Amino acid sequence: MAATRRFWHRFLAYRAGAAATIYVLVLVVIAVATQLLSGVDPHQLSNEVMRAPSPAHLLGTDELGRDVLLGIVYGVWVSLTVGFSAALAATVLGVVIGATAGHYGGAFDLIVMRISEVFQVVPSFILAAVIVAMSGPGLTRVVMVIALLAWPQIARLMRGEVIRIKQLEFVDAVRCLGVREWVILATEVIPNAVAPILAAGTLIVGQAILLEAALSFFGLSSADLISWGRMLNSGQRFLFNAWWLSLFPGTAIFVTVLAFNLLGDAIGSALNPRTTR
Amino acid sequence: MRGYLLSRLAWAGPIVFCILVINFLIIHVVPGDPIQALVGDFPTPPGYIEQIRHEFGLDQPISTQLGLYLLNLAEGNLGFSFANRQPVLGLVLDRARFTLLLMLQALTAAAILGVVLALAAAPRAGSLYDSGITALSLIGFSVPIFWLGQILVIVFAIKLRWLPAQGMISLRDTPTGWAAVTDVLWHLILPAFSVTIYYVAIVARVARASVLDAMSQDFVLTAKAKGLSRRYVLWRHVLPNALIPVVTVIGYNFGYSLTGAILVETVFAWPGLGNLFITSIGNRDYPLLQGIFLLTAIAVVIANVVTDVLYAALDPRVRSSYGRNA
Repeated sequence: MAATRRFWHRFLAYRAGAAATIYVLVLVVIAVATQLLSGVDPHQLSNEVMRAPSPAHLLGTDELGRDVLLGIVYGVWVSLTVGFSAALAATVLGVVIGATAGHYGGAFDLIVMRISEVFQVVPSFILAAVIVAMSGPGLTRVVMVIALLAWPQIARLMRGEVIRIKQLEFVDAVRCLGVREWVILATEVIPNAVAPILAAGTLIVGQAILLEAALSFFGLSSADLISWGRMLNSGQRFLFNAWWLSLFPGTAIFVTVLAFNLLGDAIGSALNPRTTR
Repeated sequence: MRGYLLSRLAWAGPIVFCILVINFLIIHVVPGDPIQALVGDFPTPPGYIEQIRHEFGLDQPISTQLGLYLLNLAEGNLGFSFANRQPVLGLVLDRARFTLLLMLQALTAAAILGVVLALAAAPRAGSLYDSGITALSLIGFSVPIFWLGQILVIVFAIKLRWLPAQGMISLRDTPTGWAAVTDVLWHLILPAFSVTIYYVAIVARVARASVLDAMSQDFVLTAKAKGLSRRYVLWRHVLPNALIPVVTVIGYNFGYSLTGAILVETVFAWPGLGNLFITSIGNRDYPLLQGIFLLTAIAVVIANVVTDVLYAALDPRVRSSYGRNA
């Protein structure tokens, strides 16, 4: 338990991490609330078209008279859903593949590392956009594509950790007890590699949100879903007359991605026994 | 050196092959008839679909199809864009020039600014400088680059009217000669700045680390002991060593800056690959989309190989360590 307390102590000492945690928690509450509450329709059109920010519409209205603030609030859901599910899928995939490759080595390891190298080299936004453009938009597809592009980061990290940990003495000790290899992998090796994976996974949430926003900005999201990237797409069309259509949704993306990046860094340094802070 | 070059090419070969296979798989994995993925959604002349079906052997087993697909690519046949009435290969290469111009500008700016920042900080600079660089890279890593472009347009082109908002040349009075060059450079400032922000931070970080590293080396101590001036030691002994990692960090990030350029071009109506890409999405021009992916991916692999070779050429230690291990 001392380790847990030390983690929280360091994590909170890292003030940016604490602020990011609070921000993310608020976003989660907003996302859940927008799904539970009925009666408010963010798609609601009105005659007040392209109004600049005013007390009635704090962040202005868009070309169809929809409230920008309401759009941003309802857009939280898409960003968080895509961010969390893509990061989770990529992490699970990466942990399983990377751990297997690192533990057993051989031809499988070689092939996996080669494939992950391909994904590291390939411009991921372009590949994602081509796949989504050809298979049609949809949140599940976008999540799958992002996970497909992101797992190699986790797999490489996991593989390195497993190779490092599996030769430590305590693993040898368990091996001497006659425990089967895959049980050792699952109960001894993987749990000890959790720290860096958690940090990297959190960074992937940010990357996924950014990638989803870019896809929506390019028009690759369904029109009936409110997302920040799609709002920026209409901001682009009215760039010369309505600055508020660009400024606010973009700020939402920027601050959210920043928060996940800070959170990832904070988790990384809080779990790293070598940091002294 | 030749052995090193061959080893890098041996690395690139399978990667390029995998990229080709990914492209082939996309055609077959996406829902719908593969013929549509090969032709796109634009009206085609009668008989063309049958011709493509035959050329790519769509009625044959999948392994034969892969062979035919690779054969077609080897002949430079990336398909035909009916929306643009041009073969894909020529169209992509033509537009790539403008994207490269934008990237070149952004990467040059990043290299110069990053190194200047690193040198300005010198060894004295403490945690404040490091926090500044960390903040800059964190911002560069988190900001949607196309949004940054929008904000720059709003502030510097629309509100302040200092710089042109969009396009590559002034349309009102088309300049010639040197005036045309400066006109293009003028139009490049905002898009290049949007792409460059992240690189300035990583170049600055890498350059600073390597300047500090070079300064602690024995040969610098020797140079100082000989009574050479600080400036001479910095320019002749420290910088040449410190710049090697800068070259590599720029080279290895070619792919990111390419993506950045593509994302930003739409905002600035820059006539490069990014604009071609977004119109192809609208046109459902699949062969063109795939052609852009294929050629940009291969360009990134080439950039990686060139960087490796350049690294070895600049740093004899890389070559000799390769010779020892191999």
